[in-house]
Amino acid sequence: MSVHAPVRELGYLRVIDEEGQVTDSSLLPDITEGHFKQLMERMLFTRLWDERAIKWTRQGKLGFYAPVAGQEAAMIGSEAALTMDDFILPSYRDVPQAVWHGWPLYQAFLYSLGHQHGNQIPEGVNVLPPQIIIGAQIVQAAGVAMAFALRKEKRVALAYIGDGGTSQGDFYEGMNVAGVYRLPLIVLVQNNQFAISVPVEKQTAVKELAKKAEASGMEGIRVDGMDVLAVYQAVQGAVQKAKAGEGPTLIEALTFRYGPHTMSGDDPKRYRTKELEEDWRARDPIIRYRKFLHTKGWWTEEDERKVETKAKDEVQAALDRANQFPAMSMKALASHMYAKMPIELADQLIRQDTKKEVK
Amino acid sequence: MAQLTMIEAIRSALSAALEKDERVLVFGEDVGQSGGVFRATDGLMQRFGEARVFDTPLAESSIAGLATGLSLQGFIPVAEIQFFGFVFEAMDEMIGQAARMRFRTGGSFHCPIVYRTPFGGGVKTPELHADSLEGLFVQSPGIKVIVPSSPYEAKGLLLSAIFDEDPVLFLEHMKLYRSFREEVPEDFYTLPLGEAKVVKAGKDLTLISYGAMVRTAIKAAEIAAQEQGLSVEVIDLRTISPIDTETIVTSIRKTHRAVVLQEAQRSAGVAAEVIARINEEAIYDLEGPVLRVAPPDTVYPFTLFEKEWLPTEQLVVHQINQAMHA
Ligand SMILES: Cc1ncc(C[n+]2csc(CCOP(=O)(O)OP(=O)(O)O)c2C)c(N)n1
Repeated sequence: MSVHAPVRELGYLRVIDEEGQVTDSSLLPDITEGHFKQLMERMLFTRLWDERAIKWTRQGKLGFYAPVAGQEAAMIGSEAALTMDDFILPSYRDVPQAVWHGWPLYQAFLYSLGHQHGNQIPEGVNVLPPQIIIGAQIVQAAGVAMAFALRKEKRVALAYIGDGGTSQGDFYEGMNVAGVYRLPLIVLVQNNQFAISVPVEKQTAVKELAKKAEASGMEGIRVDGMDVLAVYQAVQGAVQKAKAGEGPTLIEALTFRYGPHTMSGDDPKRYRTKELEEDWRARDPIIRYRKFLHTKGWWTEEDERKVETKAKDEVQAALDRANQFPAMSMKALASHMYAKMPIELADQLIRQDTKKEVK
Repeated sequence: MAQLTMIEAIRSALSAALEKDERVLVFGEDVGQSGGVFRATDGLMQRFGEARVFDTPLAESSIAGLATGLSLQGFIPVAEIQFFGFVFEAMDEMIGQAARMRFRTGGSFHCPIVYRTPFGGGVKTPELHADSLEGLFVQSPGIKVIVPSSPYEAKGLLLSAIFDEDPVLFLEHMKLYRSFREEVPEDFYTLPLGEAKVVKAGKDLTLISYGAMVRTAIKAAEIAAQEQGLSVEVIDLRTISPIDTETIVTSIRKTHRAVVLQEAQRSAGVAAEVIARINEEAIYDLEGPVLRVAPPDTVYPFTLFEKEWLPTEQLVVHQINQAMHA
């Protein structure tokens, strides 16, 4: 069983410590008070939504769900550093970033339940539906980034992957090609220490995943993934660099998922200790950031209550809306196989038992 | 004899193989420490040691590639692909490399590998977990494809697959993992690869299927018996590459009618191949066209639509009636 503690000995970017103290004021992002508060609002909202989603999954009200608690700083901080026309390629766990980037929450719930409409991303929203095939998003992101470069648009592609995902060939291939063409690509590795049950030290013999950037000739940065400002700063820097035509960046955010891998039967007790979990919880991104905001006088009890109420209402409303969405039909599903439905496929939809179309 | 679920029978087979032969190695994502996402390998690492049962990095191409290399050096790798939809990542190593090894080296090298993988619909998995992709492998020479339909079958077939001289893809339908128990011998036993099995005798029509659909076929045969007094013979293909033509043709010479049922989407798959063989070997024994029951040619659907998409007993019964009256 893995007993490794949060990595402290290796260097990484950090803006606020566990007590919410600023480590180096020159590292503080140059953003407004409102923007600082928004990071907190979104992290808190996401935590509360996660709690409900877990509960609803247990009650059978949602389907597939990968818990996110513990990773809010990495998720929210990175998305917040983008502009809305930057493009996100999320994995199955990166639902919050996609939602904060414009994917309607009720559609994220439909995705969880297993409804095609969940994945019908609204026009103008720059995200793909969550990727199931680990690594595929990295090579695709290189292509998206290449399109931006070819059209000379000041946009970046940001692909998310986990520590386990960095073992995939697609991960190396995507970075390699991005390095060759100096593409505006950001790969954000959320190193949450485990790929389902496999600890990161069984995944790779290299101690810092950020080092994997080196072989592609791109920059690799390691950040405290429990510090939302560090993540924000790292991504912000990578965005500026990419938009200036200076190429791709790999960012490793050190973090932890508090819950099981997904709600489909994973039992963390089989592969990690309570002590390790507690060690990471002591570095909680929300508690820490709340302390920081308090020292600035930017966060009140009332702010907290407001987010709680908003989260409760909006998350419930999104679930209700998802539940009210019309059921899928065979014809509608099949109509999205090709631009134009082949005659042969249309014929197959006439079910032989009834000689009628399946609705 | 113990009453085992299919997942327990598979674990029992892996354990028997590891015990019998030191060359057997079991590996894949999450198969060691945690015993597999379905617990197929639960306790095996603890019992046989981490050198023989181990977690690999998350990379299917390297899992399959390791298996190729290990098999070339005399080991017997039993590699797990966590879900069948992830097999695309490993396909070059499986069918581009291992399956061709014996042929391209004129027999100097060969790859006795088993690739185990869960698949199949009706269990509410996300995308690319449930898809029936067996057709891709059935079309590829050099690799055998096995789909067990019950716990007893799974253990015997898996042990044969492990000690077979060629690469074998072993497809485990998730719906069968825990849905029922059956008597399974504790000891080592094998069941023949490449042989179909008549699981229910009948004289009016032959219903051919494999995997979880064998259960659907048996139920449909029972309904047809009750409702129409029909005597339907049910064949479980068990091995879908190479297909046992003889058992099929023998049955059709007796019944003169047939329906083929598969969970995979319709075109260019196992059902099509079975029908082609019937056409070639037994067309003059037929009293009507051989019909097919298969979902339409779409990607495996989203969870909320699985039930509508998957073949049902009623649909099979309907096709049986069509075939009887054709
Ligand atoms: C190609 C592929 N292989 C295997 C899986 C099954 N799987 C889903 S998540 C996971 C672990 C991923 O770990 P990591 O990359 O660290 O991300 P995390 O889930 O921790 O966020 C595995 C093995 C998959 N979805 N895709």
